[in-house]
Amino acid sequence: MNNNSITTKDVTFKVFRFNSETDYLPTYKEYKMEVTSEEVVLDILNRIKWDFDGSFSYRRSCRHGICGACAMKVNGKATLACKVNMHEMVELFGNEITLEPSSIKRSVKDFIIDKSDFWEKHAQAKPYLEAEIDETPTMENLVSIEDNDKIEDADLCIQCGACHYSCPAVEINEQFMGPAAFVAAYRFGIDTRDDAQGERLDTVDTPAQGVWDCVKCYECADACPKEINPIDKITKLHNMVFESGKVRKNVASRHAVGFAHSIKKHGLLDEGELVRYSEGNIGVLKHVPVALQMFKKGKIVLPWNMPKSDNLDEIQKLIKSSSTTKF
Amino acid sequence: MSKLKYALFTGCTAKESTPEQMMSTLAVADKLGIELVELTEASCCGASHLQDYDDFLSLVLNARNIAYAEKHGLTMVTICNTCQLNTAMTKHRLDNNAELKARVNEKLGEVGLEYKGTSQITHFLYAIIDDFGLDKIKEMVVKPLSQFNIAPFYGCHNIRPSELQNETHKTPESSYRPTSLDDLIIACGGTNVDYEEKNKCCGFHAELQSPKTAATLTGNALAGAMDQNADWMVTPCPLCHLKLDTQYHHASVAIGRDVKMPVLHMQQMVGLALGCTPAELGLQHHVSNVDFV
Repeated sequence: MNNNSITTKDVTFKVFRFNSETDYLPTYKEYKMEVTSEEVVLDILNRIKWDFDGSFSYRRSCRHGICGACAMKVNGKATLACKVNMHEMVELFGNEITLEPSSIKRSVKDFIIDKSDFWEKHAQAKPYLEAEIDETPTMENLVSIEDNDKIEDADLCIQCGACHYSCPAVEINEQFMGPAAFVAAYRFGIDTRDDAQGERLDTVDTPAQGVWDCVKCYECADACPKEINPIDKITKLHNMVFESGKVRKNVASRHAVGFAHSIKKHGLLDEGELVRYSEGNIGVLKHVPVALQMFKKGKIVLPWNMPKSDNLDEIQKLIKSSSTTKF
Repeated sequence: MSKLKYALFTGCTAKESTPEQMMSTLAVADKLGIELVELTEASCCGASHLQDYDDFLSLVLNARNIAYAEKHGLTMVTICNTCQLNTAMTKHRLDNNAELKARVNEKLGEVGLEYKGTSQITHFLYAIIDDFGLDKIKEMVVKPLSQFNIAPFYGCHNIRPSELQNETHKTPESSYRPTSLDDLIIACGGTNVDYEEKNKCCGFHAELQSPKTAATLTGNALAGAMDQNADWMVTPCPLCHLKLDTQYHHASVAIGRDVKMPVLHMQQMVGLALGCTPAELGLQHHVSNVDFV
């Protein structure tokens, strides 16, 4: 058999439909098609419009995975429609495929969503260089290879919104800037030509909107069609906030630091003390009802029974010699 | 098949807030004939928070834990999704960056240790599925869970990021359509419940700094399982378990409906099917009722 031969699969598509001018609620329309092994998801969107319903609306532009316009979801999986092969989706999810916009609640017409929240949060990150420019330079403003390497792949973001609309914290917390904005904050903040790093770190260190409200689920890492790994940049922003010495002392930052204190003392984490250290002596009181329930069930270790790692002196020595950050 | 033997990295909760996780792990390992050598020297993995404060220190401490597994010449087995992620991620970074590995080993050398990269790292869920085998577990079931609809809750750090997990697990698992826990439920004789939140975040890691977000995610998960008529949930992650088992009050307030259901550790589910007693599996330590046993 020729490995290059085109194969087909029968697929039933359930497609999100909504017109904000005429509909109260969205519906899902069913379209059955024979899908070839050469088609990408965007081909299916085109066929729905061309063969079934000319009113079906969606965004598309470059067809080369670089403009980000056609970001959407296939069975909940963030997808750049022009990049993903349809048969691969059938292999993953089976012959019933649900096609939806990146964010159902932001649909204006079918797959066209209102991305204003995304762009507002992106703008918060100041996604551009801020620098005093010499208008009559005598030489190029060079960046060393080492400094350029620190930008990593953050430069590749196409602002498609796949990570943003996959992030559960964005969905719940309206202030949370979201992974794409953090990638931008990292990309320009790490650039040696930029003068606004301090301002950006202040922005991402702000409670509710900043990096501390990341739930660490790694959805953004899987959603990104450019494999940028936004949560890796979020971690780096955390590090930069601490290293800059600008970190606000609050429950979030103390929560991270509390791990170091606990490991130094016990090797293991002292869970109860971590909560007290993070929240403070007053704030910890709100956890008392749950703690009491847990205590009744034998789930609270009292301080004098706190287990310790063997060879604790080794751990303490390593913490002393390897720590790179002070709080 | 020769007897399976692993270096057990317990993590912190198994020694503190989820003693039932430790009890059920040991009970199931005993039933399956798996030998576990506890890494009593191991430290906390940093739980994805220490790395925010001090990434290099987090690497050194996790590399030290792996170095102890290497001294035993064993694969490290974890029983916490977050320990699994932090340890596997450390291994990935050190194995793919000679300069970083040298810097870490310079520190470990101060205490007479060396990270070589010789030990594999796996979660107990994947150890019993991939190494022991689902078919063998099925043969050993003496109390099939046939009367139960069981909702799997995977926990983020066993399934994402995909690139790392595909490198770590013997059988690659899709983060969008994971199957391992569903397969294990079926092997134990139960009926697996499909629901949208099964591969979503429980909110544990944002509980202190973003309580509303965390409680809403917990509530959504519990509600999702309840709406599909699950009798109980099962998870391989003790952190997810803590959130789902103990925080249902906050979750109910956050989403505006009562959500509470039994949540079992993966080991407890397997243990019940293998004939362990509820007391052996530590079910008395649960906050949410486990009346069904």
